Amino acid sequence: MLPFDPLPLAESSNLLAARNQMAWTLGFHIVFSCLGVALPATILAANYLGLKRGDEAAMELARRWSRAMAVTFAVGAVSGTLLSFEFGLLWPEFMDRFGAAFGVAFAIEGIFFFLEAIFLAVYIYGWKRLSPWQHFWAGVPMVITGIGGALSVVAANAWMNQPQGFTLNAAGKVVDVEPLKVLFNPATGYEVPHMILAAYMVVGFLVASIYAVGMLKGRRDRLHRLGLLIPLTIACIATPIQLFVGDTAAREVADHQPAKFAAMECIQKTGDDQTEYLGGICTDDGVEGAIGIPGLDSFLVGFSTDTEVTGLNDIPDDEEPPAHTLLHLSFDAMVGIGTALLGLGLWFGFVWWKRRDIPQTPWFLRAVAVSGAGAIVALWCGWIVTEVGRQPWIVYEYMRTSEAVTKADGIWFTFALVMAIYAALTAITIGVLRAMSRRWREGGDEPEADIPYAPRTETPTGRKPPHVSGNRPVGGGEG
Amino acid sequence: MSLPDAAAAILWVGATFYALFGGADFGGGFWDLVAGGAERGERPRATIQRSLTPVWEANHVWLIFCLVVLWTAFPSAFYAVMTTLYVPLTIAAFGIILRGSGFAFRKSIEGLSGRRAAGATFAISSLLTPFFMGAVVGAIAAGNVPADGNGEAFSSWLQPLPLLVGAIFVASGAYLAAVFLVGDADRAGDEEMERYFQRRALGAAVVAGALAAVGLFLLDSEASYVYDRLTAEGLPLVILSLLCGTAALAVLVRGGRRPLRPLAGGAVVAVIWGWGVAQFPYLLPTSLRIDQAAAPDATLTIVLVVFGVAAVLVLPSLALLYTLAQKDLLESEH
Repeated sequence: MLPFDPLPLAESSNLLAARNQMAWTLGFHIVFSCLGVALPATILAANYLGLKRGDEAAMELARRWSRAMAVTFAVGAVSGTLLSFEFGLLWPEFMDRFGAAFGVAFAIEGIFFFLEAIFLAVYIYGWKRLSPWQHFWAGVPMVITGIGGALSVVAANAWMNQPQGFTLNAAGKVVDVEPLKVLFNPATGYEVPHMILAAYMVVGFLVASIYAVGMLKGRRDRLHRLGLLIPLTIACIATPIQLFVGDTAAREVADHQPAKFAAMECIQKTGDDQTEYLGGICTDDGVEGAIGIPGLDSFLVGFSTDTEVTGLNDIPDDEEPPAHTLLHLSFDAMVGIGTALLGLGLWFGFVWWKRRDIPQTPWFLRAVAVSGAGAIVALWCGWIVTEVGRQPWIVYEYMRTSEAVTKADGIWFTFALVMAIYAALTAITIGVLRAMSRRWREGGDEPEADIPYAPRTETPTGRKPPHVSGNRPVGGGEG
Repeated sequence: MSLPDAAAAILWVGATFYALFGGADFGGGFWDLVAGGAERGERPRATIQRSLTPVWEANHVWLIFCLVVLWTAFPSAFYAVMTTLYVPLTIAAFGIILRGSGFAFRKSIEGLSGRRAAGATFAISSLLTPFFMGAVVGAIAAGNVPADGNGEAFSSWLQPLPLLVGAIFVASGAYLAAVFLVGDADRAGDEEMERYFQRRALGAAVVAGALAAVGLFLLDSEASYVYDRLTAEGLPLVILSLLCGTAALAVLVRGGRRPLRPLAGGAVVAVIWGWGVAQFPYLLPTSLRIDQAAAPDATLTIVLVVFGVAAVLVLPSLALLYTLAQKDLLESEH
C-alpha cells in the first residue's frame, strides 16, 4: 500500500519497525476514514433526490451505499481503535510528554465519533421502520459529525507540525496548556480543509469510478448514470477548491517548515529565482532527470521570482527529512493527479453545461474509472509529504521521533502481524463489496428487494410476530 | 472534589459504560462461540446477531473514550500502563480488529465457509479480547505497573490474580449478555430462546460469582492495599453488588424477567465503583496517585467540559439509539 520510506539503517530497529507499522495502519485507516467523513453526504444527496423527486433509482442507490457503509464504517472504526492503542504501544514517550496538550483535540474528536457512530446506526438500520423524512434527518448528523471528527483529528496532526499552546518546565514536562491554541494552531487552517476536501474527492471519485466501470460493461441504466453523476458532481465541486487550498498550504509549509518544503521541492541551495522541478531524482548536487521551469518555484512561494527560498544546505544535517526523492515524487504525484482530476471535472462540467448529459465517449468513462484509484494514491502521497516531511520530528522542533519510540520488544513481530491482518482485511472488504454489488445486480432473493419504508408488519399486540426476522438465513459462526 | 479526582471519576464513568455495554457485547460473542454446530446454534446466533448489530459500534466507542481520557488527563499513567502491559494490550487491540471486522463481514461474505470463518473469528476474539483486558486491569490492581513504566513485560500479568480477573471479565460479560438477550428474546416473543438464555444467565452468574469469591482471596494475598480498602471503604458497594447479584439470581430462578436488567447491571456497576474506591487515591496502586499523574488544570478542565457536552449530546443520542433498537425500529438484517 504505502511505499516504505527508507530510513538510514543506523537508526534504531524499533524506530524503523514502529514507523512502518504506523505508516501501514494509517495508510489503511485513512481511506476508510475518508469514507466515514464523506460517504454520508453522498448517500444523503441520493436520498434527498429520491425523496424530493420520487426517484426510485436515486433511492435504491442511497440504500445500497448505506449498506456498503455499514461494512466500511465498521472496518474504519476498528482500525481507528488500533491507532489509539498504537499511540501508546509505539510512541509512549510522545504520549507521556505531550498527551496533556494534543490529547485535547482527541477528546473533542471522541464526541464527534460517538455521535457519528450512533446516528450512522440509526440511519443504516432505520430504512424500513422510520418514516422517510425522519430517516433522512437522522442521517444529517453523520455529515456534521464526520466533518467535526476530521477537524479535530487533523487539528491534532497539524499541532504536531506547528506545536503551540503549551508551557514546558525545565524537565520538559507540559505544565500549562491553552486548548484553543492547541486546536487552532497555524497549520490547522490549511491542513483541516485540505483533508476534508480530500475525503470528499476520494469518496466522490471512488464511488463514481465503480459505476463508470459498470457503464463501460454496457450497464447504462438510470441507476448507473445517477450512481456516476451524484458522486462525480460532489468530487468535481471539491477539486478546484482543493487545488486552491493545496496551493495555499504549500506556501504555508514553505514559511513554517522550510526543511519539509526544501525536501519536497528538491531545493539544494538557499536563494531567489528557484527552479521548479517536475519529477526527477534528488541528489546533493541537484535534481537529475527532471523537467525544470526556471524561477517558477520562487514565483509560487512569493508571487515573484525574487522570492528567496530556503535550501537544504541551510538545514542542519540532523534536522533534514529523509528520503528526498520519495518526498519530491510524492508531492509531484499528488499535484499531478489533482490537476488531472481538475481536467476531468472541467471536461464533465463543460459537456454537462452544453448538453445536460455525461460525455458519451468511452474515454470519459475510462478516465472516471481510474479517478478513484488516482484520488487514493494522491491522498497517500499527501500524507507521505506531511508525515515523512516532518521527520526527524514527531513534534516539530520539540521532540524527535527517535525519542518517542517504544523500547518494547517484538515490534517487528507486531508489524508483520499488522501487515498480514490488514492485507487480509483489504482483500475481504473489496471481496465483500463486490459480492454485494453482484447480488444487487442479480436481484436475487436478498431482502433488499423489499420496499423501503414499507409499513411494519404488526400483530394485534403490537409485537412483531416471532418469526419475521428470525427465519432469515444468518451467517452463523461455527465456533 | 479536586480537578484530578473529577477527571478520574469521568474515566470511571467511561469504564462503567464500557463494562456494561461493551462487556455485554463481548458476552454476545461468547454465547455465539459456544452455541454449537451450524444447525443447533442457528437460532441463538440469530438472536444474538439481531441484538448486537445496531448497537455494537456505539458500545465500543466507550473504549476509545477511556483511552483518550486516560492519555489526555493522566498521560504518565497511560505511559506506565502501555510500556509495561504492552503484551496483553497488543493482543486485545488485535482482538478488537478481528472481532469487529469478523462481525461486519459475516453477514455479507460469500459462501458458507467464508461466513463460518468470519463468525469464528468474531466469536473467538470476543473471548480473547475481554480476557486480556481483564488481565491488564488485574495487573494494575495487583500493583504490578511501576509509576515510571517499563515494568515486567510478562510477569506483570502472567500471575494468578490478573489471569483470574481476565476470566471474571469474560464471565461477567457473558452474564450481562445473557440477561440482555433474555429480554430481547422475550420482546421477540421467542419463548424458547428466552429460556435458553435464562439458563445461560444463571450459569454465568454462578461462575462469575464463584470467580469473584476466589478473586477476593487472591486480592488479599496479592493486592493487599486494594483488598484492605475494598473490605473497608468499599464494603458498602461490595454488599450492594452482592445484594443485586443475589436478587438477580432469584429472579432468574423464578423464571421472571423484571427487574432483571437493572439488578444484573447494578451488580457489575457496584463492583467497578468498589474497585475505584479501593484504589483511591491511586491510579496505579500503590505507586502513582491520581494527583501525581494528572495533566495541567487547563487540560483537565477541557476533559470535564468535553464530558459535560458528551452528557448533553451523546447520552440522549445513545438513549435514542437503544430505544429505537428496543422498539424494533432498527432492522438488523436490513
